Amino acid sequence: MSSSAIPVPRYRQPTRRTTELGLCVLALLIGSAGYIQVDLAVLGSIASDTMPVLCALAALLLLAHSATRWLAPYSDPILVPTVAVLNIMGLTMIHRLDLAEAQRAARNGDIAPSPDVYTQLTWTALGIVLFCAVLFVIRDHRGLQRYTYTAMFAGLVLLLLPLVPGIGATINGATLWVRLGPLSFQPGELAKILLTIFFAGYLTVTRDSLALVRTKVLGIEFPRGRDLGPLVVAWFISLGVLVFERDLGTSLLFFGLFVSLLYVATQRRSWLVIGTVLFLSGAALSYLAFGHVRLRVNIWLDPFADESDTGYQIAQSIYGFASGGMFGSGLGQGYPQLVPYAKSDFIMAAMGEELGLVGVMALLLLYGVVVERGLRTAVACRDVFGSLLAAGLSIVIALQVFIVVGGVSRLIPLTGLTTPFLSQGGSSLIANWIAIGLIMRVSDTARRPDIDVVALQEAPTQVVRR
Amino acid sequence: MSELMLTLLRLGFLAVLWALVIITVLVLRRDLRAPRDARPLVAVTVGAGASRPFAPDRPKKKQAKNSPRTLIVVEGPLNGTVIPLGAADITIGRAPDSTLVLDDDYASNNHARISLVDGAWIVQDMGSTNGTWIDKTRLTAPIALTPGRQLKVGRTVLELRR
Repeated sequence: MSSSAIPVPRYRQPTRRTTELGLCVLALLIGSAGYIQVDLAVLGSIASDTMPVLCALAALLLLAHSATRWLAPYSDPILVPTVAVLNIMGLTMIHRLDLAEAQRAARNGDIAPSPDVYTQLTWTALGIVLFCAVLFVIRDHRGLQRYTYTAMFAGLVLLLLPLVPGIGATINGATLWVRLGPLSFQPGELAKILLTIFFAGYLTVTRDSLALVRTKVLGIEFPRGRDLGPLVVAWFISLGVLVFERDLGTSLLFFGLFVSLLYVATQRRSWLVIGTVLFLSGAALSYLAFGHVRLRVNIWLDPFADESDTGYQIAQSIYGFASGGMFGSGLGQGYPQLVPYAKSDFIMAAMGEELGLVGVMALLLLYGVVVERGLRTAVACRDVFGSLLAAGLSIVIALQVFIVVGGVSRLIPLTGLTTPFLSQGGSSLIANWIAIGLIMRVSDTARRPDIDVVALQEAPTQVVRR
Repeated sequence: MSELMLTLLRLGFLAVLWALVIITVLVLRRDLRAPRDARPLVAVTVGAGASRPFAPDRPKKKQAKNSPRTLIVVEGPLNGTVIPLGAADITIGRAPDSTLVLDDDYASNNHARISLVDGAWIVQDMGSTNGTWIDKTRLTAPIALTPGRQLKVGRTVLELRR
């Protein structure tokens, strides 16, 4: 026997980029169909500025697709098209509400307000450019782990920035905004990504000690008392956001994210129990202590008690969903402009009115697909940090959709948050595109075949002679 | 726009939206099966016996009287772990299906393989990033591991014991 047979496996991992291209084209076609339908229903013909908008969207999608082809060839093929559909649906609804506002202005003889769809399109463009930039700059997500504490610091600064006098601004009761000249920005949106990076990096290092068990109560193992520290700190920070920035949604989002990631990292159900108890006690405390929280809960329990004043938003939202019914009024054929903040917080109510339950379910399923792909990336990823990062970013999207859609449909008390990718709002849109960029980067690493076997096979040094 | 036309558009849009969801889910289903494609499709052998992947005609794996019986971890997080040596190959790496699963950033998924060939335990590097080392020399070719020599994979050091 001149050489021994040493088996070397050969791997074939499909990149699936062509699938992504196909889905992108489909996403664009369906999005365009909706956009054109709005024009046909409201104006009776296709508006002159519709085609440029759709062409810009096609160019942006092509840019995103080329970036994945070039920079992350093995990344997930479903995320970009799914997110693109949601983004285009958001643009469609904002365009539809622009037309409604223009019509109302024309009826009243006012000057038509400038359409918001262009601003949103600009933010979409910026979001997609940043998505490509994330893929270009971050070639290996593991490098981010070095910035664990930098991310924490930057995240906390961003979170607290609206409280700085002079640049912080209070809009609709929540101190969430930073205003610099003509630009206003919600730094909390970027903070959620930075804090996810921090949580992932922190839990990668500490998960072993956090998984330690001391006592067993009612069949659930509880961690040691001193390991509760980080959870308590997260609880106080969330409560601080609630008290000083008066923002229920962000507060709930951060605490939920931290508790979920603790569970993912340690696989101990006790964290969920402790987290829920802490959350409920925090909720009860803030109900007793703060008037604005009590007001929100009372509106939630009975929005029709004071329908013309405090309950107006929720009541209109419920009327919207109700008039939409099963199949909706059709794009451009309902009255979604009657719901306050229909372009931002209440865009789901506008969708519910014009697309009906069937359409809203489709949108929620698309969110489900995005989250499923993110969690699947987390499962497939081989390093702990990457897993936690992908899981954390997916959980952020899932929680945010749950909080805002639950709020407008009166499942839970309403808290102001944007619906990812749908709502009007630049900060949210670019932050979510960055999050998708990071998930794509992790999934590229997770699905990439890790050895260059062909080179190994051809290496003459592999021959054993005897 | 006629009323009928608008109704058709309205229902048609919902239909295509759902078509997109269904197509996405179908792609997703296909993707769930993809890991199966990623398994070794063809086992290629190196050298002359290329047509026989797993070499059924390999000389009978009979251990000599004085041959090593265990592989033991002497350094690293898994220090003290003992792997009994049988006839089967031993794979080392971070992949969960390895014989010795390492949780080590310096180890690759499929890092090294130790197989019994003609009564000798041959170490082979599987194309790891940081290399497989025997007594401070990096493996460039499969080499026989003998008791007393130290095999280093990432931060783990292994030795054969009789």
